[in-house]
Amino acid sequence: MSDMPPRGAAAAMPPEAAMEDDVLVRVDKLVKHFPVRGGGLIRRTVGQVQAVDGVSLVIRRGQTLGLVGETGCGKSTLARCIAGLIPVTSGTVTFEGRNITNLSRGAMRPFRREIQMIFQDPYGSLNPRRRVGAIIGDPFAVHKTASGAKRKKAVQELMERVGLNPEHFNRFPAEFSGGQRQRIGVARALALRPKLIICDEPVSALDVSIQAQVLNLLSDLQSDFGLSYLFIAHDLEVVRHVSNDVTVMYLGRVAESGPKDQVYETARHPYTAALLSAAPAADPDAAAERRRIILTGDVPSPINPPDGCRFHPRCPKAQELCGQQEPVLEVKAGDPATHQTACHFPVEAGESLARVAGRERR
Amino acid sequence: MSLLEVTDLRVSFPTADGLVQAVRGVSFSVDNGRTIGIVGESGSGKTVLTQTLLGLTQGGQVQGKAVFDGTDLLTLRPDQLRKVRGAEIAVIFQDPLTSMHPLYKVGWQIVEMIRSHDKSVSKKQATARAIDLLGRVGIPRPAERVNDYPHQFSGGMRQRAMIAMALSLSPKLIIADEPTTALDATVQAQILDLLLRLQQESDTALIMITHDLGVVADIADDVMVMYAGRAAEKAGKHDIFYQPHHPYTKGLLESIPNSSAAGERLRPITGQPPSLIQLPSGCAFHPRCAYVMDKCLTDQPRLAPVSDDGRHLSACWLPATAAGLAGEAEELRRRAVERGRNEAAMKIAEEIAKRPESEGSVIA
Amino acid sequence: MSVTSLEFQAASAESAPEQAIEGRSQWQLTWRRLLHDKIAIASIVVILVMVILAITAPLFASLYHHAPDQAFTNTGTTSTGAPVGPGTHGFLLGTDYIGRDLFIRILYGARISLFVGIVTTAIATVAGVSVGLVAGYFGGWVDTVLARFIDTVLAFPFIVLALALAAIFSPSLTIVLGVISFFSWAGISRIVRGQTLSLKEKEYIEAARSLGAGPWRIMFIDILPNLLGPVLVLATLYIPTAVIFEATLSFLGIGIPEPTPSWGSILAEAQNYYTVAWWYVVFPSIALLVTTLAFNLLGDGIRDAMDPRTERIFAAGSQRRRRRSARAAVPAVAGGPSPEFPDPPRQPMPPAP
Repeated sequence: MSDMPPRGAAAAMPPEAAMEDDVLVRVDKLVKHFPVRGGGLIRRTVGQVQAVDGVSLVIRRGQTLGLVGETGCGKSTLARCIAGLIPVTSGTVTFEGRNITNLSRGAMRPFRREIQMIFQDPYGSLNPRRRVGAIIGDPFAVHKTASGAKRKKAVQELMERVGLNPEHFNRFPAEFSGGQRQRIGVARALALRPKLIICDEPVSALDVSIQAQVLNLLSDLQSDFGLSYLFIAHDLEVVRHVSNDVTVMYLGRVAESGPKDQVYETARHPYTAALLSAAPAADPDAAAERRRIILTGDVPSPINPPDGCRFHPRCPKAQELCGQQEPVLEVKAGDPATHQTACHFPVEAGESLARVAGRERR
Repeated sequence: MSLLEVTDLRVSFPTADGLVQAVRGVSFSVDNGRTIGIVGESGSGKTVLTQTLLGLTQGGQVQGKAVFDGTDLLTLRPDQLRKVRGAEIAVIFQDPLTSMHPLYKVGWQIVEMIRSHDKSVSKKQATARAIDLLGRVGIPRPAERVNDYPHQFSGGMRQRAMIAMALSLSPKLIIADEPTTALDATVQAQILDLLLRLQQESDTALIMITHDLGVVADIADDVMVMYAGRAAEKAGKHDIFYQPHHPYTKGLLESIPNSSAAGERLRPITGQPPSLIQLPSGCAFHPRCAYVMDKCLTDQPRLAPVSDDGRHLSACWLPATAAGLAGEAEELRRRAVERGRNEAAMKIAEEIAKRPESEGSVIA
Repeated sequence: MSVTSLEFQAASAESAPEQAIEGRSQWQLTWRRLLHDKIAIASIVVILVMVILAITAPLFASLYHHAPDQAFTNTGTTSTGAPVGPGTHGFLLGTDYIGRDLFIRILYGARISLFVGIVTTAIATVAGVSVGLVAGYFGGWVDTVLARFIDTVLAFPFIVLALALAAIFSPSLTIVLGVISFFSWAGISRIVRGQTLSLKEKEYIEAARSLGAGPWRIMFIDILPNLLGPVLVLATLYIPTAVIFEATLSFLGIGIPEPTPSWGSILAEAQNYYTVAWWYVVFPSIALLVTTLAFNLLGDGIRDAMDPRTERIFAAGSQRRRRRSARAAVPAVAGGPSPEFPDPPRQPMPPAP
């Protein structure tokens, strides 16, 4: 393949250098370690939780990047690093070309209007002692963009936009259902017309029928306001529905990333394949036919991650090299330049890992 | 004769704001070696239903019958129920971290469970059995792990330990209340696998309560969809997924994002579940139903068969021929809803009611 | 018309029955629960009576024509100079060692006790909340410094300080107010600091930070409203401590100076006369007891009323919260999450008279 870059260079070269102005957020080799303090009087640092260990990704204007992974993969930590809520150990985050890594609170302030967050827990993300109108009006108050009657009007418009009754703006969050509370969170995030909204599992805590309402709302808002989303979820079907591009994380590192159809239909990383095969499908025939790749064991702790490829202890295709050398995120043979995988022995076309693992159901 | 036969169970709770009718006349049965999936969202009453069977609800007014292996559970005294709990009917809860005692070793908890039901078993025997069980559920190095505390297990392993505890007395029926909701997908797959395997080994009956239709599609034989304290639809797995009759079931299936609808708008069920204190008149689902007819506002539909063999039941006034997700009908309904005119949907539904033997016109 | 507004229409149509179940704020729910608590109601009544008696003390004084510091050596003492008992010569509760009307003195003592109790608690609460909030929210070296300061204050022998101050400046109301406030704020501060530490981790605080809110705004607009509940209980339970504290100081002679009556100083005087004048000890003690008991019971009552779990309400579907399924749609019944309640502080108890 003449247009495939040499192996070593692939990691360093961004695949779409020509489309730079399309990029809203670029994350480059982000690392976030949390120190683990031992006991005793002085409490020295005895280890590091390697929550995020070298992640690079790109979020484009008006597009949605889906971030999937299981517990402990670091996706929530990554989101908070991008949002500037926690300091970064190393690596950079740039927003519209400007470096926003570890800025002081004052310097970060203008960017806070552009980057907003929606949280997972509809019960924890709203202050129970404040009225809903005050909660939604918070962005206006903090950034001093509207006050008094103007603010009230803006808040009520927002409420209507997200499907809430504007007359309820004096109510407390406890008087709303889970789906409605999530809408309140969306209204709050939307208030200052940000460019990027980071959605940290926004529908996981909602009932299925309400999930669909909120997902539709998010999709409408994206087309109306030209929003970009970083959509974090563990439910693969939801991510597939909302995303343009998908990044799969495992234990602090990127396992695979690319356009959604590429990743879902031709998954190259064994973890992605296992994840896809484990996702429950609401279809009995499909469920019966599916050959599940049952992984052994649980996700290891991020304090002591395995050497080499972090997935190798559970990987059905693991070989000696995998325990020694960390695989590089690069384009594999036969894939388009946008689809990258970090694996020494990626899944080949037509290969079924269920057979490889010898673990078939029924 | 079914292992468990619940007949017209009603549970309500008096509160300062009024009577909360959590369960309003539910009947179902479970046979040995079979799995019934009880699907419902918040407020459907599914958890209250199973907790009532085990006497775990306080302050509720309970009516109806729940005959397990010949005895009506609802008439048992607390000490008699305690004998049944654990030995005959075991429960697996959603979050094993909060349902196992954090200060006692896991092995000890299993041993206690065994010995509290049978005092003749010695500690050594019980411990040996505990180790064996932990091994059966797939926990590696069970002889070592039997001395660990719950917090030393990871989420998936904890749930397995919970299952081991549930199995310790070889129960005839296991009630699993959202056992995999708090777990990652890959671990969930392992747990469901395990449950199926164990069920096949011991011919245990399983009641799986969940809101996740994927889990149901995987391991249930029969499905009961609950809404607002009643059964909306009851059928075998295939009928529920491929020939859903009740508009709520259809709505649920359509609001799930799946590969066929990728990129399109989802079709959620409009509105929210009703308050169980002030239920809508007639059919509790009518305010959200796109097929609503005048009758739905006044008369509450009973569970009636919509298939020839009588095994597919639905509580809906729509004719039996309305079962299924026919493309044309759904298209019309969708357009009607998007035009925002419930009246149109009502008209459509009324048309259907007038012509039960519709031949390929509106609803197949 | 977008489908979103259609969904909202359906939702608002659905909410029409909700209006019949009125949405209530946390305070309304607390008040309602409190009204059902008979003991709390009794405490409120007792406190109100005490306050009224204290306010109208001068009225009683003129009614009986007995000023609080007026010594009736003829009618008020026996021939041997001992106090007279209750009911004699129009002294409702008897007299003290120089013939002053005990009832009137107790009433005036109530003024002191209530005044000192409430004012010092108010000062201590404002100071304690401010310090605790700042220490808990900022953490780091700010917290270390403030926390150590709080610990020092708590460890300080307050009696010694009071003695020293009384020796340097003569005893006065100001010193009493100052000393009691100074030693009360630290206990409140420590508890508020603990509450703040845990509230700081809540997701809505993170949301506020992500909006760009600064620490002061977050502390006073987001965290403080969540503290008001526990702080109210704490303050109510601190008042009796302050009352006892003042009584102690007065008993030791370093509190409210003569001739202003204080329950503590009356008891100090009564030490020498209780063998011949039981009323001299009993009535001031009853006054102290009733006052402190009433505030304690009220504080307990408020704490119970704030905790939604004490009510045997079982709203459908509101069983244990699930990570991935929303609550039942009975939104109006929920009282909101209850704050964690620490037990009231163990103030160093002054020695019993």
